[in-house]
Amino acid sequence: MKLKLLIVLLALPLSACNTLRGTGDLGVVIERATGSLQVVDSTQRVSLSQVNGLGDLSHASIVYSRDERFAYVFGRDGGLTKVDILKGEITKRIIQSGNSIGGAISQDGKLVSVSNYTPGGVNVFNAETLALVESIPAIYGKDNKQSKVVGLVDAPGQRFVFSLYDAGEIWIADFNHVNNNGKAAITKFKNIGKQPYDGLITPDGRYYIAGLFGEDGLAVLDLWHPEKGVKRILANYGRGGKKMPVYKMPHLEGWAMTEDYAFFPAVGRNEVLVMNRRNWKQVKKIAVHGQPVFVMARPDGRQVWVNYAYPKNDTVEVIDTESLKIIKTLKPGKAVLHMEFTPRGEQVWISARDAGKVTVYDTATFKALTTLPMAKPSGIFFTNRAHRIGL
Amino acid sequence: MVKGFVIKSISVMSVFIFCNLVIAENNISTQRSIELNNLLVQDCGSCHGMTMKGGLGPALTPEVLLTKPRDMITATITHGRPGTPMPPWKNILSAEEINWMVDTLYAGVKQE
Ligand code: HEC
Repeated sequence: MKLKLLIVLLALPLSACNTLRGTGDLGVVIERATGSLQVVDSTQRVSLSQVNGLGDLSHASIVYSRDERFAYVFGRDGGLTKVDILKGEITKRIIQSGNSIGGAISQDGKLVSVSNYTPGGVNVFNAETLALVESIPAIYGKDNKQSKVVGLVDAPGQRFVFSLYDAGEIWIADFNHVNNNGKAAITKFKNIGKQPYDGLITPDGRYYIAGLFGEDGLAVLDLWHPEKGVKRILANYGRGGKKMPVYKMPHLEGWAMTEDYAFFPAVGRNEVLVMNRRNWKQVKKIAVHGQPVFVMARPDGRQVWVNYAYPKNDTVEVIDTESLKIIKTLKPGKAVLHMEFTPRGEQVWISARDAGKVTVYDTATFKALTTLPMAKPSGIFFTNRAHRIGL
Repeated sequence: MVKGFVIKSISVMSVFIFCNLVIAENNISTQRSIELNNLLVQDCGSCHGMTMKGGLGPALTPEVLLTKPRDMITATITHGRPGTPMPPWKNILSAEEINWMVDTLYAGVKQE
């Protein structure tokens, strides 16, 4: 009896060590209610572990280390947590500011940066140790005010690009070009438009695009030619239409790009805007169910999936990118917050916060394959983001 | 004369309807208060932070609110702030429900 128990005890940790596995089909789902995340496996479609103690996760996002083993979790409370998804445990956690909104990882994977609301600015950390490398205060204007920072992404050449919400500016911090004082060279672009609310970089890393809340249009910066400055595009996209109150800010991350078109959410309108990728001209407005929050292309670009702001947030629509028509409407549950495709797009995972579940759909048949119970799930992030510029 | 009478009776009726509404909404059901709390934490929370410590919108904690007039807070929730992302809630929530929210904010929002 005793011997048997001993064997079991010995075998337990051993078996854990012996199960070698990769992380390419893993991901994490943020659980807002409990300040935790679940590590999930998209091949088996199961949850593998839960990691607790991540703080206030409203609006949490994550980036991955380039070995796809560590997730850096950016919490609203200013927490930056490095999670080992293989072990299902926290490696390190720091509180880096009062209030943060998102983060990015550098091209070489050695720097993790976090954008903050209060005090506004960007903090840059050593990805290995989470030691502070540099603090970039977002100070603007004559009175030296600090701006909230949004739309932080990585760009080729060890650069981080971000937007200053209060200032209406876009900044580039270049860590390949460090000044005499040891700080990253900063290039500032002013008067880029009113209240940039989020930003993204095209998958090739060339164009940084900020969405504007305070006016119609988008601000585009060509990172191959920063000397040409920021251009405004689609400045009149809402002309003639009535702008409604916005109950949830749209997101530009994971912007939908197909070969010919870019799809993006119209602010305060029940429309998805389609524009020509070559000349940034509007091609079409697609009338949709509500105000879009995420507009995401399936990895092959054949479909675009859209979710909506409160109070129309129980619905997801699928747009066919050839006909530019809605081909499917799904009801994944109350308060759909996020959608994430598997790397080659055969499945999409959709979180429904108030329904307390994540539903996995087959993107060819639109059949629900399985549902996983979660505590107010929000963001879903698969590890293939580790190798994509801007994610 | 006739016109005046019609207008009068409409205004009397609307007062009547209004009173009815207020009476009905004075007792916000437990179920509704759970929904409203969820709305505060989750949906207001998406801009103000789930713990109301601020985000795109300012902090709405009891300490911060103490320094601000209650009428202004109620009016902001009701009508929103044009030119900023703060939306009006009057088409979604009744005056009583907004009042309940203001009470809850001043007392401190309970996390579920
Ligand atoms: C889409 C984002 C957004 C949502 C959703 C939102 N707010 Fe706001 N709110 C803001 C912003 C931004 C401001 C600051 C406006 C300004 O610059 O004056 C604000 C301001 C306020 C203020 C005034 C605070 C002050 O100190 O002046 C109150 C009160 C408030 N919001 C309550 C709420 C409540 C209650 C809800 C949910 C029913 C809510 N908000 C939902 C963005 C939002």
